Amino acid sequence: MNENTNVLGLIFANMHDHTVVDLTKERTMGSILFGGRYRLIDFPLSNMVNSGISEVGVITKSNYQSLLDHLGSGREWDLARKKGGLHLLPPFGHVGSGIYRGRLEALYGVWQFVKNSPAEYVLLSDCDIITSIDYEKVIKQHIDSLADITVVYGKSILSMEQAVNSTVLSVNDDDRIFDILLNPQISGACNVSLNMFVLSKEFLKNIVLSAASRNQYSFERDVLQAHIKDYKIMGYMHEGYFSKIDSISNYYKANIALLNHEIREKLFIDKAPIYTKIRDNAPVKYGLDSNVKNSLIADGCIIEGTVENSILFRGVKVAKGATIKNSILMQDTVIGQKCDINYVITDKKVMIGNFRLLTGSQYYPLYVGKGATI
Amino acid sequence: MYIKKDCVAMLLAGGQGSRLYALTQNMAKPAVPYGGKYRIIDFPLSNCINSGIDTVGVLTQYQPLVLHDYIGTGQPWDLDNIHGGVHSLPPFQTALGAQWYKGTANAIYQNISFVDRYDPEYVIILSGDHIYKMDYSKMLNYHKKTEADATIAVLDVSLEEASRFGIMITDDNDKIVDFEEKPKEPRSTLASMGIYIFTWKKLRKYLIDNENDETASKDFGKDIIPNMLKDNQKLVAYHFDGYWKDVGTIDSLWEANMDLLNPNIPLDLYDPTWKIYSRNPIMPPQYIGNDATVENSMISEGCVINGNIDFSIIFAGVTIEQGAVVRDSIIMPGSVIKSGAVIEYSIVGEDCVIEEYATIGARPETISDKSEWGVAVVGHNVTVSEGAKVLPKQIISENI
Repeated sequence: MNENTNVLGLIFANMHDHTVVDLTKERTMGSILFGGRYRLIDFPLSNMVNSGISEVGVITKSNYQSLLDHLGSGREWDLARKKGGLHLLPPFGHVGSGIYRGRLEALYGVWQFVKNSPAEYVLLSDCDIITSIDYEKVIKQHIDSLADITVVYGKSILSMEQAVNSTVLSVNDDDRIFDILLNPQISGACNVSLNMFVLSKEFLKNIVLSAASRNQYSFERDVLQAHIKDYKIMGYMHEGYFSKIDSISNYYKANIALLNHEIREKLFIDKAPIYTKIRDNAPVKYGLDSNVKNSLIADGCIIEGTVENSILFRGVKVAKGATIKNSILMQDTVIGQKCDINYVITDKKVMIGNFRLLTGSQYYPLYVGKGATI
Repeated sequence: MYIKKDCVAMLLAGGQGSRLYALTQNMAKPAVPYGGKYRIIDFPLSNCINSGIDTVGVLTQYQPLVLHDYIGTGQPWDLDNIHGGVHSLPPFQTALGAQWYKGTANAIYQNISFVDRYDPEYVIILSGDHIYKMDYSKMLNYHKKTEADATIAVLDVSLEEASRFGIMITDDNDKIVDFEEKPKEPRSTLASMGIYIFTWKKLRKYLIDNENDETASKDFGKDIIPNMLKDNQKLVAYHFDGYWKDVGTIDSLWEANMDLLNPNIPLDLYDPTWKIYSRNPIMPPQYIGNDATVENSMISEGCVINGNIDFSIIFAGVTIEQGAVVRDSIIMPGSVIKSGAVIEYSIVGEDCVIEEYATIGARPETISDKSEWGVAVVGHNVTVSEGAKVLPKQIISENI
């Protein structure tokens, strides 16, 4: 890994909040818990760090307390640096700005920060994609192809519900993007935008300032779509595994997918680890009658019951005789004795008393909100 | 500029731990892994920060690389303070030449200038050989209240055990009147835990006097404590009744790990008010597969478990393949246990590979001659080839 001081990373922590309203009620998209010990922002942030990007700005909008708490000084991502490092960018109000409506307005609001960075290129990323990606390759292609804008995309078979929350690209044999559909009513095999973009800072400056003067705020609509002919907009095909969090059922699926060995191998690569906040939990303790199959268990759990096909976050307690199946139990959930839990997502610090029976369905898991006691 | 500290901790971490054999070949004893994610030194360091002691000198000498790397800036224990923090103190060269640390007292003597920088009223001497949770601030308050010159933490042990320890003989007011190192016929059952609080001015004087005495062995137990007693200084015993275990031998290291699985033993690593901090692995959560059975065990992050585990401690990043059996054993970080291997009553070091159908150790009931039985040990970075056997009590440090 070489230090890539020539690239500034910018992460949009609140984009797509509306697609998973239950989970973003008290947090940003970026601080949604994922995979037993992570938050969604850990993926773009770790990918940037693993690609040698040492200066990252995180653009927030609302509900960002949990995000600030998670990121702290950025030390866990090796981003507590004197040069560069992590910068949290909450909305900065001055005349004509404040809470932004879209990506371009958000960028306009933080332009002073971007301007002061020595980087020549800017990499933009949202937090809705779970993947491991080498951005060095994306940046190299961007430079080599003399593109104005490079859009990272992956191939995926979209359902109608997914397509509505997606940007779908048509790419020719030379990687040039010639058509862009925003939130289309289609389904089937698509090139879906992974909401990661590379531009030179100079080019970004022009479009941000020009959009501001025209009261435009949508990067996808007012830049990509509107200028598809006059800008050189290239696609970078990301061949690795990715999942897109755009509904609670896809959130469930993306978590459960981690039980697949091949998928874990593609996401958690030794040379490109996913960093996250440390909690100093003890190892997992399995009791005398514990029975665990096909599950991902994070540190600090104490398991005395049965757990199958589930993801348990840090500090979850499962009492004797309880059965957990096909469920996602977030941090510090406590499950009482002889409970029967199937297809359930519990948010942080949920308490479920003894002898409770909770059942959702595969396509519509039952969600229990943060701190609830049942 | 140094800010005055009430109490500075000096942690003796230079010992070889020769009775841990293969496990301390490449690392000092305090760096030996313990409890699924810790190293022994995490316990005194966490106790320090949890007790409000934020200035710690760690005296290192034997194989310090792993230990120095591990301590780093002290950040994992919140000991990277601007004023104070943790400092690794290996032996160094002076204008008068270079000297190794010749004994526990000599090690502190050579670092008098380190302690003096903080101008402390008190110094607490700790060692990196013990597993325990203790609030040193309570002991310090006791030291202040009794206006002692030295306070020694003691544990009430059984009479049989007493001859393995330094034993304190006290009067009715817990004033120490005599001290015996490993007595054959103990006159008391109060064992020294190797934790001392001294009023720094007093200790400083005794360290210098001891250094000038050429016949002295430069050791706390052999010189400093007896000398202070001889001079009628006020030494008091501080009673501790929690869990405390010396992990200086293979058997005691194995037992101390197994104690974590015993619900009746009061060493709670899950207590949020007294966390034991450590350098955390950067790994995904552990995966327990469809063919796995896991009971009464502790398992750490990054493990992939498809075999059968019972009564065992499994450290971070260990792979246990389908059909492998691990019972009553400790598997240290990064090791791979292949299919069909059977590990019983054993300690397997870091980054080992146990190939298919190898067997390590055995259950005591399978051995008729009990003197032949003991915990088997595979040292760090060792490969045990397919079908090979490591007998009970055997210790290997090279590939077989």
